[in-house]
Amino acid sequence: MINFFNITKQYAKGAVALSNINVKIEKGDFAFIVGSSGAGKSTFIKLLLKEIEPTNGKITIAGLDITNLSTRKIPYLRRKIGVVFQDFRLLPNKTVYENIAFAMEIIGAKPKEIRRQVPTILAMVGLSGKAKMYPHELSGGEQQRVAIARAIVNSPDVLIADEPTGNLDPDTAWEIMKLMKQINRRGTTIVMATHAKEIVDMMQQRVIAIEGGKIVRDDKKGVYGYES
Amino acid sequence: MDMKVKTFIYMIKEGFKGLWRNRMMGMASVGSIASVLMILGIVFMIILNVNGLAETAKGQFDSIQVYLEKDLTESQMDNIGNIIKRIDGIDYVDFLSKEQALENMKKSWGENGYLLEGLEKNPLPNSYVIKLKDISDADAVVSRIKGLQGLEEIKYYKDVVEKLLNITNFIRIAGVIIIGILIFISMFVVGNTIKLTVIARSKEINIMKYVGATNWFIRWPFLVEGMLLGLLGSLIALGIVGLGYKRIFDLVTQKLYVMIAAYMIPASVVMGNLAIIFIVLGMGIGALGSIFSMRKFLKV
Repeated sequence: MINFFNITKQYAKGAVALSNINVKIEKGDFAFIVGSSGAGKSTFIKLLLKEIEPTNGKITIAGLDITNLSTRKIPYLRRKIGVVFQDFRLLPNKTVYENIAFAMEIIGAKPKEIRRQVPTILAMVGLSGKAKMYPHELSGGEQQRVAIARAIVNSPDVLIADEPTGNLDPDTAWEIMKLMKQINRRGTTIVMATHAKEIVDMMQQRVIAIEGGKIVRDDKKGVYGYES
Repeated sequence: MDMKVKTFIYMIKEGFKGLWRNRMMGMASVGSIASVLMILGIVFMIILNVNGLAETAKGQFDSIQVYLEKDLTESQMDNIGNIIKRIDGIDYVDFLSKEQALENMKKSWGENGYLLEGLEKNPLPNSYVIKLKDISDADAVVSRIKGLQGLEEIKYYKDVVEKLLNITNFIRIAGVIIIGILIFISMFVVGNTIKLTVIARSKEINIMKYVGATNWFIRWPFLVEGMLLGLLGSLIALGIVGLGYKRIFDLVTQKLYVMIAAYMIPASVVMGNLAIIFIVLGMGIGALGSIFSMRKFLKV
């Protein structure tokens, strides 16, 4: 599903964020990207979203070489990828329902489809009763559920999560992780950057550890491995 | 409802929303576009009228008149005519007999033409009227004719025509430069107005980019907003310039300046063109202003 071939990313200021890394993430995988701040996790995620270009190497997603993708085609790449951020990024003046429907409207989904799909996704993330509420009326965990619902409403191949539990207390974080696992079981590939040691240790999933721009460890059923 | 229609309605609705949200800056933009177009309209009207005047004047002054001596025979006159016809740069040559010349003069004097009736003898000479292909050849042609026998006088108005052309050219160039600068300024003002909407919605734009919205999907509402600003500005300018010109035209026609009014282009003739120019330019300024102002916000 996701392939990094000899990827190097050097920023203009000279700092090398990633140095010659090779990663292969299969369809249906649940992969944690771990590492301390500045290790290269964010660069990894940004490369996947084509927010930045690699200095060297090639990246493919679902068989598509994204390294040479024209700017015009980036939106279509992103429709195959759902993204969740630490700070939720919901639209404050739209209700829960509208926030999710918005993602479908943007890609030109039919109104009929939207009316069918949004309630289904809301039920899946356990927010059916809160469709008409605004983000500020929700708890942090609920807001992140809305963000996840928005990320998967267009049935992407991959769900990318950048520190999704970073702003949540441990219990809520764990609820979010259960939801992520549930989405993964339905066949969505998940790539999650985090430095939440307890979560990584309990999930028993693949762990890719990045340190100083290099992959220092890649375990099938890994743990965080060291004190963060 | 069809999705295309729904998206279209969404774009228009968002455009109006943006307009309402920044109505103060919006008014500044509309005012800016309207004043630019108004100045443009005035310059445009001046250029049109000066052009018309210049064309008329050129038609009257771009000929060379060669007056012949009184006691020439028919064959001598024909001879001169044939020589002149062969000179380079001449479009055509007309013979104007003294009887015809007097007739023309009577006509051009109009009501006062009867004064000429009392003449015992026609004081006017026979002449050739030479039309040139290009007025700038006048000197060369005149120098060739000068040597001929039997000529009384050669008259031409090269200086007048050239001065007139210089003035029209100057007005045209100055007009275009002034208009260009003003268009640039108003684009900047519109761009700043749109930027306020863009900043107010930057979070939304950011999310749209991550969910996979195309740049044009994001751009259209702002384009609509910019074009609406332009449309409003152009309608205001059209109203003011249109009414103003009509007023001046009526004033000139009704009062004493009948001579000038004959050269003035009637309001009804130019209004259609002016409306098209204003609306296209106004909406164009609005659209370009909004595209430039949001370029950097689309880079995510």
